[in-house]
Amino acid sequence: MEIAISIITGLMILGALYAIHARDLLSAVIACGIVGYGLVICFLLLKAPDLAIVQIVVETISLIIMVAVVLDSSRDELFSRPDTQGYVSAVTAILLIVVLFYFFKISIETLDTFGKSTLRMAEHYIEGATARTGSANLVTGVVFDFRGYDTLGEATVLVTAVLGILTILRIKGKK
Amino acid sequence: MKGMTVIVKKTTQLIAGLVFLYGIYIIIHGHLTPGGGFAGGVIIAGAFILLILANGSDFMKLTKEEMGSTMYENLAILVVTFLAVSGLLLGAKTFFLNWLPKGNLGELVSAGILPLYNIFVGIEVAASILSIFLALVIFKEEMSE
Repeated sequence: MEIAISIITGLMILGALYAIHARDLLSAVIACGIVGYGLVICFLLLKAPDLAIVQIVVETISLIIMVAVVLDSSRDELFSRPDTQGYVSAVTAILLIVVLFYFFKISIETLDTFGKSTLRMAEHYIEGATARTGSANLVTGVVFDFRGYDTLGEATVLVTAVLGILTILRIKGKK
Repeated sequence: MKGMTVIVKKTTQLIAGLVFLYGIYIIIHGHLTPGGGFAGGVIIAGAFILLILANGSDFMKLTKEEMGSTMYENLAILVVTFLAVSGLLLGAKTFFLNWLPKGNLGELVSAGILPLYNIFVGIEVAASILSIFLALVIFKEEMSE
């Protein structure tokens, strides 16, 4: 299974790289789709169907909106030559990548092997969730009972996003 | 935004109802099978987006539709907050208390208050996604005038 996930992750990286360098914006958007749908297959292989359903629907809808935007505006990307500021930010980005990679390596050495153990907090969730919440789906039991605050926060974030979008886009309509 | 050809229109008319029903199934069985309020809500919004994309923007009165979807969104998040507080009203000192009877494991009506959370979060997510899409479409219509 790890080999399959490695192959799919490699494909996702290739798709992301192609999306950055494609000259046609429509093919860049389609290459973004490779990343999203590859993530769906990874979730299915890791036995997380709840996440896979959400990811596949959200990916499809956002891809539709992005294709509509690209078809409505220009399909060509406008290239610009890098100036001094561009070089400075490139060097900063490479330095940041090196620093982040170093600390990531330190932290990953202290972790357990992949998929072999559960966290200390998660053990209590897995043992007691079905009896305490009465929900056959463990994820729903955790999301709406043990982690109710988190879910309320997510729903509120969605409402706030809609409020922001309506405020920005409907200036002319409400005049 | 113009509509598409007759073939696309007829196919979406046949399929959109099934997609809508599937979203409702995912929401209602959220505490039994994979899925839940978030996934099912996005699927329901997808059914509406399918119809609007295929039939064009003069198919429904979009401004009226948007007013309805924003209203349902705000009402649904209000009900979710009320359900979360309802444990406090009954005298317990717990936020998000599961105070309804649990029932038998694996039946459709079980797990106490969790299916209600799933249903209202589903309504909220569906209305939010639809509102965002309608706001983008209406913005484009008003810009092109």
